[in-house]
Amino acid sequence: MAVSVNEAVSPGPVQDHPPPARRSSGRGRAMLEVALLTVLAVVMLFPVLWMIETSIKENRDVYAVPAKFFDFEVTLDHYRDVFIASGGGRSALSVSFLNSVIVAGVSTVLATVLGVPAAWAYSRFTLRAKKDQLFFILSTRFMPPVVVVVPIFLMYRYVGLIDTALGLILIYTAFNVPFTIWMMKGFVDEVPAEYEDAAMLDGYTRLQAFRKFTLPLLVPGIAATAVFALIFSWNEFVFAIFLTSSENVRTAPPAIAGLIGGTTVDWGLVAASSVVFALPVLIFAYLVRKHLVAGVTLGAVRR
Amino acid sequence: MGTVAAHGLCKSFGRVQALDGVTLDVPDGSFFVILGPSGAGKTTTLRAIAGLEKLDAGSVHLDGRDATGDAPAARDLAMVFQNYALYPRLTAYENIASPLRARRCSASEIATAVERVSNLLHIDRLLQRRPAQLSGGEMQRVALARALVRSPRAFLMDEPLTNLDLKLRVEMRTELTRIHRGLGATFVYVTNDQVEALSMADRVAVLKEGKVHQVGTPAEVYERPVSQWVAQFVGSPPISLLACHAEGDRLVGAEGWTLPRPRGTTAEDGRTLLLGLRAEDLSVETRGEASLPGELYGLEPLGDRTVVDVRVGTTILKVKARPTVTGTPGERLRVTVDLDRAHLFDAGTGLSLSGAGR
Repeated sequence: MAVSVNEAVSPGPVQDHPPPARRSSGRGRAMLEVALLTVLAVVMLFPVLWMIETSIKENRDVYAVPAKFFDFEVTLDHYRDVFIASGGGRSALSVSFLNSVIVAGVSTVLATVLGVPAAWAYSRFTLRAKKDQLFFILSTRFMPPVVVVVPIFLMYRYVGLIDTALGLILIYTAFNVPFTIWMMKGFVDEVPAEYEDAAMLDGYTRLQAFRKFTLPLLVPGIAATAVFALIFSWNEFVFAIFLTSSENVRTAPPAIAGLIGGTTVDWGLVAASSVVFALPVLIFAYLVRKHLVAGVTLGAVRR
Repeated sequence: MGTVAAHGLCKSFGRVQALDGVTLDVPDGSFFVILGPSGAGKTTTLRAIAGLEKLDAGSVHLDGRDATGDAPAARDLAMVFQNYALYPRLTAYENIASPLRARRCSASEIATAVERVSNLLHIDRLLQRRPAQLSGGEMQRVALARALVRSPRAFLMDEPLTNLDLKLRVEMRTELTRIHRGLGATFVYVTNDQVEALSMADRVAVLKEGKVHQVGTPAEVYERPVSQWVAQFVGSPPISLLACHAEGDRLVGAEGWTLPRPRGTTAEDGRTLLLGLRAEDLSVETRGEASLPGELYGLEPLGDRTVVDVRVGTTILKVKARPTVTGTPGERLRVTVDLDRAHLFDAGTGLSLSGAGR
């Protein structure tokens, strides 16, 4: 999955304290650094800024030459159009967003429900060829997903999963489970097995011991893992565009992409739907950021 | 009732043979100590009894009934872990109550039992704290309370005092012995500290490399070690071993000394032997018939006594002496040997040659 920690966790201020000027040239160097970082920030953030600006511009301002940066009339019409069809009622885009929520949500829940117990088992039990099994699970992620689009398309057509939400949910779950197992195994490894041993001697069964004593300690890890799985499913484009076609099944990424093309492009609508598409992941990652950072460092660093 | 018996326990982790036919019989109500160096398989033995390790071979009998395949919960045992394993999210009270909650006891029963055991262990003030807010000694007491809150078949303790400082360890030793007497319950106690074993146990099993080397009372293990290895592991300062061989009724040392052969020992002439001498059976003060020539190597005053290091040939003998003893290194002296208490081992097999006559 192409999500790095830095994308999921908003980075702190780039430079809290500029290094103190030591030599006469120090001040100049610090200024150069700030200037470079400013240029970098502008280059990085400009597309995002432009997307947000476009989404609140009148259509005539969108095409204005020279481009209007500040002196345009603010409108929320595009956002209204994202959710409400021109003749009233729900728009096709809003259906796509709902589909995205369902597909990403259900596949994340499934991947977590399947992956967490599996990770626990791989962490706690001695299994035959455990390392080979874990390597096999990891190896399914070596291959770029696009490679298997055609075979999966044919398989799905054969079993009737083409153009269904279930089809997307299954394929996203399949791609998320290996990731969930690997990430969660790190977290489970961090929780001493003795808690479960003690619980079993207290009189609980092995599963009760896991559920009552280990699982609560895994919540930060589960939150971090689920966010990554959610981001993958939410952003996924390739399978969505190949395996679904009808408007009432399509998820948001192909739906937004579908807005571009034809004779005229409603860039305001494209921008507004892109903003709406980007927000949930940002908000969700922000809400669980404490768990996310704790989880990422817990699982990865303390070895 | 509370007998624990293990027969021929075998367990390997990958290429490491952790248990290699461990057989133990723990009588009802005894304080049974499993003693051995780290890596001897002590903890694995205890975990096998508890049902936490799947065995390659062997059986565990509890109260005479085969419990080999039983789940830990079904065995009715309580265990204290070396690192306490207190549930971090729960308060001390909830930790102690956990075994009773698992058995669906009523809230009033739980409250009574927790109060009783927390009074016994003097932790009634700590009950609302979480493990992170407890000191090592307090955590240890809470872990002990979690085991003692009910009356299981037997208590299993995995080096419960190892992580405590020395003063607290000595205190808890006495307290555990007191608790054991009070309950009259079966304790199976794992330790690598021979002092703990000698001071607390009714019976000691000495374990090394997954095998039981000797089982007996602390006195038996100390006085009649079956092998050179057991003799060296039990006792502080460690037993001194002198290389020698038998010539008729005499022992001739590699350094040229001769001593009468200890009574009750059997040894062929010419075979290489090790004469085992404990510090308290040696003396630099009294003059007896059996003595060894040596030179003073160093003094180790310990307050109540002084350990005198005497060099005999290339071997350093540890000799227990009065705290007032003085001397300068290099000084020549003779060490008197209490031959009735000496041990003779075969240098090849390490087995004791001090026979049945003792």
